[in-house]
Amino acid sequence: MATQLIDIGYLIAVVLFILGIKYMSHPDSARKGNLLAAAGMGLAMLVTFFMPGLQNIWVSLLAIAIGSVVGYVMSMRVAMTAMPQMVSFFNGMGGAAAALIAIAEVFGIFHGSQATTDFHGLVNSNYFYFGALLVSLVIGAVSFSGSIIAMGKLQGFVTGASVKWPFQKLTNNGLLVVTLLLCVYLFTLHAHQELLIYLICLLGLVFGILFVMPIGGADMPVVISLLNAFTGVTAATTGMLFDNKVMLMGGVLVGAAGLLLTLLMCRAMNRSLTAVLFGAFNSGGGAQAGDRQLDTTVREISLSDASILLSYAKKVVVIPGYGLAVAQAQHVVHELEKLLEEKGVEVKYGIHPVAGRMPGHMNVLLAESDVPYDKLIEMETINPEFPTVDAVVVIGANDVVNPAAHTDPSSPIYGMPILDADKAQNIIVIKRSMSAGYAGIENELFYNPKTRMLFGDAKGVLTKLVAAVKEL
Amino acid sequence: MENILTLIHDNLQLIYVLILAVFVGIEVMSKVPQVLHTPLMSGSNALSGVVIIGSILVMGKTDPNNYAALAMGFVAVVLATLNVVGGFAVTDRMLDMFRKKKK
Repeated sequence: MATQLIDIGYLIAVVLFILGIKYMSHPDSARKGNLLAAAGMGLAMLVTFFMPGLQNIWVSLLAIAIGSVVGYVMSMRVAMTAMPQMVSFFNGMGGAAAALIAIAEVFGIFHGSQATTDFHGLVNSNYFYFGALLVSLVIGAVSFSGSIIAMGKLQGFVTGASVKWPFQKLTNNGLLVVTLLLCVYLFTLHAHQELLIYLICLLGLVFGILFVMPIGGADMPVVISLLNAFTGVTAATTGMLFDNKVMLMGGVLVGAAGLLLTLLMCRAMNRSLTAVLFGAFNSGGGAQAGDRQLDTTVREISLSDASILLSYAKKVVVIPGYGLAVAQAQHVVHELEKLLEEKGVEVKYGIHPVAGRMPGHMNVLLAESDVPYDKLIEMETINPEFPTVDAVVVIGANDVVNPAAHTDPSSPIYGMPILDADKAQNIIVIKRSMSAGYAGIENELFYNPKTRMLFGDAKGVLTKLVAAVKEL
Repeated sequence: MENILTLIHDNLQLIYVLILAVFVGIEVMSKVPQVLHTPLMSGSNALSGVVIIGSILVMGKTDPNNYAALAMGFVAVVLATLNVVGGFAVTDRMLDMFRKKKK
């Protein structure tokens, strides 16, 4: 009786997961979707406790209580600008849990008083079980250490730049091959060597570190999505391990989401996944400015001129970038938008898919400061509008508006889809200095005769700009 | 060769589930607009916390006197819970910001 009910409970949970994600397809229903998925998870956890013969229930409940309190407090305290590192952290915890489950399984078999002490026999009787165990172990470990490094890069305790070392491709690929060969060895020979199994986990941990270290700034959205997919895969293989359909389905859903986002991010940067994984842009060529005569005069604009330009415009598009998040300027920019709207200016936001450090980063930031989501316009939709836009305000964005992506075949970002800010009538760029963006290349938009620069920290400049608009 | 065929045949049901799940996953996910990509990621991230079931099951078959195994299971449950609770809570916080903008 009990087991049948548990299975039905799992079935309902899976349906809730899928419905939950389905509701996520619109901002109005998305919150309900998240709650549905959470309810599914709660149900799945609840029925699991009715599994016949389950031991240590109180210890598990204690652990759940601790995890819940810590997780809840962390999620309530985190600032919206720190969301990418928070998601990475939680993702890493899921990966670590999956790897630990696999280790505990192995440990229990070799040292436990369980009935299945004959590892050899067990493995022979079920290949799937052992294969799933190895995959959980390796990918869980990669996902854990990789996520922690990614979080460190975003938080700043690991350098955010792309770290490279000699023979980097060779060491990374070599390590991957060794790990895979070890897995195949264990799998085909059914070798019951406990230490080798732990060694695989260790190699996975090292690989996770090595594979995230070379990935820098603007490529973070790709890695975070990919690590998310990894944790999904481990959840699915853990499901195979226990012949448990909720874990399998849940894991596969996450894996699909992660993979989909990864590919979307790659497409938005016009780079292959391997190009992202194997380090930053090849700063080869180096002759960008050489053969192309750039007019390198930069024109500044005063705050009062900028405020007049914006106040008397009909249509203004704001293009935010990572600089907006760094300066925490999302609230000021909304204030500016409201002021301009009161003056009858139509204000929209043009959002590049890879602006920021995780997929959709800018949308979340602007939503935090109460910008209505129908003002957040995707790149494909807003690009045709630029010729009719009176003024574009570029805030802390660089590569995503670089016209070289269209015009200069020798540029490393040539072919990358960009926001066509250069087609607007006037362009105001708010930037801290003239330093190049993540790709390390000059941006000819800044030298465009239509462009005026406002130098300074995004928040400071915008605050002054708001004051200037108010005075008009 | 024969081994592989029997392997596939013995787990046919599982393979069916796996393939269908991949299609459902991609189908449902691809409908999510760019505006919601961050919540989608953190929400699906919370979903990957389903490994919590695995950690409860591992705990459930551990001998209460095997302290090493018990400790591992305990940590696994704590971490997986962090993933689940933290993930869903943070997603809810984000989505709440999107919702209240209806004017």
